[in-house]
Amino acid sequence: MPVEAIVKVLFMFAVMVIGLAPIITWVERKQSAVMQDRIGANRADLAGITLIGLLHPAADVIKLITKEDVVPAGANRVMHMLSPVIAAVPALIAFAVIPFGGVYQFGDTTLNLVGADIDWGLLYIFAIGSIATYGTVIAGWSSNNNWSMLGGLRASAQMISYEVTMGLTVVGIFMVFQTLRLSDMALAQDSSFRLLGFLAPYLGNDGGVIGWLIEHVRIPGWGLVYQPLGFLMFLTAIMAENKRPPFDIPEGESEIIAGYFLEYSGMRFGLFYMSEFIEIIVIAALTATIFLGGWAVPWFSTDDIIGGISSLFGLGFATGLCILIHFLTFMLKVVFMIWLQMLLRWSLPRFRYDQVMSLCWKILLPLSIANIFVTGLVLLWVKG
Amino acid sequence: MTVETILFYVFGILAVVSALGMVLNTRNTVASAMSLVVTMVSLGAIYLLLEAYLVAVIQIMVYGGAIVVLFLFVVMLLNLSTDEFPPGRQRLIKFAFVIAGVVILAQVLIALERDPLLAAQPAAVPNGFGGYRQVAASLYTDYVLLVEMASLLLLAAIVGALILAKRKID
Repeated sequence: MPVEAIVKVLFMFAVMVIGLAPIITWVERKQSAVMQDRIGANRADLAGITLIGLLHPAADVIKLITKEDVVPAGANRVMHMLSPVIAAVPALIAFAVIPFGGVYQFGDTTLNLVGADIDWGLLYIFAIGSIATYGTVIAGWSSNNNWSMLGGLRASAQMISYEVTMGLTVVGIFMVFQTLRLSDMALAQDSSFRLLGFLAPYLGNDGGVIGWLIEHVRIPGWGLVYQPLGFLMFLTAIMAENKRPPFDIPEGESEIIAGYFLEYSGMRFGLFYMSEFIEIIVIAALTATIFLGGWAVPWFSTDDIIGGISSLFGLGFATGLCILIHFLTFMLKVVFMIWLQMLLRWSLPRFRYDQVMSLCWKILLPLSIANIFVTGLVLLWVKG
Repeated sequence: MTVETILFYVFGILAVVSALGMVLNTRNTVASAMSLVVTMVSLGAIYLLLEAYLVAVIQIMVYGGAIVVLFLFVVMLLNLSTDEFPPGRQRLIKFAFVIAGVVILAQVLIALERDPLLAAQPAAVPNGFGGYRQVAASLYTDYVLLVEMASLLLLAAIVGALILAKRKID
């Protein structure tokens, strides 16, 4: 059992962190270049081969490793060294509870494609997210620089505020799916419901066009469909947690230079940078799992896929192929969410500090509480 | 020794050492606050070993995360320098805490010797114990009056804080 869990965690780690994270640094450059009508990174080459700029992540890493690691005079050395690690570790261990596939049966053995299938998966993400705050706050304090200090203070205020709101924005989704286990949430979204189902008692299944429409116009039962407002608010709150533009108040390049990581150089700076990018992937995977159905293929449930393929090729092959299809679906959704975050980052102007705070406390918080009440009323009405 | 026992000793020692570090380190307030975080997180890990999952997560999220960040916020704003505390008082504080710690440790040891039940094998936990469902069910059925009273108290505190802050702004 531990071996299986370790293999799954390592697989997730290899795909998400080692595979995806360097590529999205390239995607960010290229996407911003396309959006600003530039060519983008294309100069790093290996014997003349540039691979449309794909070598830039490798060049970046070599540059950051060989750079001098400066610790400013008067800085608290231990804290200054520790804080990039405190910032990076929570982002890395979040993948342990995110399912990248469902539960499959191979004869007697059951394969559950999630590193740690714990009952309080979403709470685990929130708990480690709250620890990540220290990375930025301590980085700001330990640098012995006023700009860094301001950045650290801003980070602590912003992240605490948005953590509270983020927790409340997903309460609606807990109520809909009746669980906090992420694999159960994805499983609950592996279905579709009749869009016109409410007409069935009045019109009945008359065998005609209307009956066919009632039966066949289906939409996938994703969290996004049940909780559209919850999705928007959760995405806003969790993107604010990541501190990238338009919520880059702790960094504030035009105001406080680089904020909390102003005094960092070399690979320690790179660690802050990488943890932001890994957080983008965590956000994408988490939003995809909670609101976009996770590994579930829209309109085709697991039974549909396995049933359809096994009639042609046999059950074992069908299950294997189904795992592959589900994993690719999950990755497609993750890549879509990453693209959406990049799009928002490069299109929206940054907020002012007071705007970030009033967005959190005066708009998102009341709206999310209203969302909980409305969800509760609707659930009471539907389930009786 | 099972894995659980080893983990218990690791986190137990970590909790005690960092708690001592928090109390004895009166020179660097931010380092003290960070030791407090380590204590809180280790306590959360011990709750996990006791299968009290919700309490563990809340311990890390609320105490380890939110509350100590607020401590840090205040400490960083005050920007205490090392010579803020005169050395005489520092020694007195350390001495007082060491005495208190020794007394409490002695009490625990005496209690353990008197009542061997405390050190005995624990009873098996019921199914689903410590999960959010069980905690929520008992909070909103058996203890609903207490929950409402606590929420009323918090509301009063919020209103009080608002009045105090507003008087300063006006």
